[in-house]
Amino acid sequence: MRNPLSKKIIDIQPSGIRKFFDVANEMKDAISLGVGEPDFDTPWRIREEGIFSLERGRTFYTSNAGLQELRNEICKYLKRKIGVSYDPKKETLVTVGGSEAIDVGLRCMLDPGDEVLLPQPSYVSYLPCTVMADGVPVVIPLKSENEFKLTVEELEEYTTPKTKVLIMPFPNNPTGSIMTREDLEPIAEFVKEHDLYVLSDEIYSELTYGTEHVSIASLPGMRERTIVINGFSKGFAMTGWRLGYCCGPENIIEQMIKLHQFAIMCAPTTSQYAAVEGLRSCEAEVQEMRKSYDQRRRFLMNEFKRMGLECFEPYGAFYVFPSIREFGMTSEEFATRLLEEEKVAVVPGSAFGECGEGFLRISYAYSLDELKEALGRVDRFIRRLRGQEL
Amino acid sequence: MMNEKKEALRLEILKYIEKHSRVELGELAVLLGVEETDVANEMAEMEKEKIICGYHTLIDWEKTGVEMVTALIEVRVTPQRDRGFDRIAERIYNYPEVSAVYLISGSYDLLVTLEGRTLMEVSRFVSEKLSPIDEVLSTATHFILKKYKDHGTVMVPKKESERMLVMP
Repeated sequence: MRNPLSKKIIDIQPSGIRKFFDVANEMKDAISLGVGEPDFDTPWRIREEGIFSLERGRTFYTSNAGLQELRNEICKYLKRKIGVSYDPKKETLVTVGGSEAIDVGLRCMLDPGDEVLLPQPSYVSYLPCTVMADGVPVVIPLKSENEFKLTVEELEEYTTPKTKVLIMPFPNNPTGSIMTREDLEPIAEFVKEHDLYVLSDEIYSELTYGTEHVSIASLPGMRERTIVINGFSKGFAMTGWRLGYCCGPENIIEQMIKLHQFAIMCAPTTSQYAAVEGLRSCEAEVQEMRKSYDQRRRFLMNEFKRMGLECFEPYGAFYVFPSIREFGMTSEEFATRLLEEEKVAVVPGSAFGECGEGFLRISYAYSLDELKEALGRVDRFIRRLRGQEL
Repeated sequence: MMNEKKEALRLEILKYIEKHSRVELGELAVLLGVEETDVANEMAEMEKEKIICGYHTLIDWEKTGVEMVTALIEVRVTPQRDRGFDRIAERIYNYPEVSAVYLISGSYDLLVTLEGRTLMEVSRFVSEKLSPIDEVLSTATHFILKKYKDHGTVMVPKKESERMLVMP
């Protein structure tokens, strides 16, 4: 019998720490700080709208690009939030989560051999999606001394004549790092100078603290070379609804709609109706959740300071990324021992790229009580490692 | 402190302690990203100004086995010249078993919340204390059968989280 699998798919490495994930997910009595999704339920008015749409029998496909009503609301929302106008008919696509938009976007932009600049640590799917689209991933290891921001010097170092797309994963999972307008300006200049395109994954855009999110698409001359990816999972606490979207220049979106049509047909109808309500009337709920995250973020930073655990202050998403290099073990060793000895689950930084080695991703999508209990255990664990008194 | 900043801090403090009145000052300061002395000062001032009227506890008496009935009583009254509803309200709220009195817009005037040990006790209060007040025209008593949500807190058991333990 012939091998049923393609070489390309076999060559994609499964996540190196899948073993850790499997072990952790089996430990039912552990306290987790390891999840990348909100602890809040989806706001009730959104859920209620979903239920209502089912009662009304809205159980059919929508148009491929998504409900027109939803696309209109998305464009109003983006105009309001990032100050960029998109045509809801020709420049907007509703996808199955932001992740589909990453996949389809890369497929539509890459020819074999095109290089994709991929800053890491970052979300795990950019690299395999690039490979599946026949692109060549070029990892830019971000540095902790830059608080894991992307600098123009790093871009210069990794850009070649074959570079076509730059992925911008900010606010960042796993580091919590954000890019301010001042940080983005030189990046945008470089991108224009070298005629690159940007895939800007802004799924955490609602979750910035002390500052508002700035999209690279809003900088002069960037709208026509940027795909903005966003969605409802994080800001609206709608992970399970699987709903995202992307906006960009018509010529790219048109092709993305084509691919999306063949692979997916359309995003879930119930989720789309529910999301319309989210965009129309949940600003207050979203801001309340953001405020809670901010309080927990401050709590964690204060705890780390108390424990003497090195960590830069992140201003986005719901992650902190402390360094554990002082303990002389790998992130995975540390996370495994923490899980075994104190039953606290965190994600090794190395899950998000080699340059995440020496760090942990700690999620604060947990109640303050859960954080307190878990941090108490982390404190006990590192005191033991340091040989300090308990 | 600047006035605007002070107002903003006060609002943040109030919103937080409305739900978590037992929070320690130091912790609240961390959560709000301000100095502990500022939190302490504002809280003391707001207590003095009676913006903060007390720190109470929400109890689900049903779980304690203690007999307790709560009634909402709609009261229609004739307002008095010069003093409107205030004096009548006072005559009612001075009873210790009355836990709340509100002036209400609509088809009746005062809403009285009453706590008693038995239905008998409540109905006796209505017939012996409330109805005989000269200005009271009529009353309608409603007994609370079950508290689903009280003071913004859901009283029925909450489901366990079904999130995965770790994921990227």
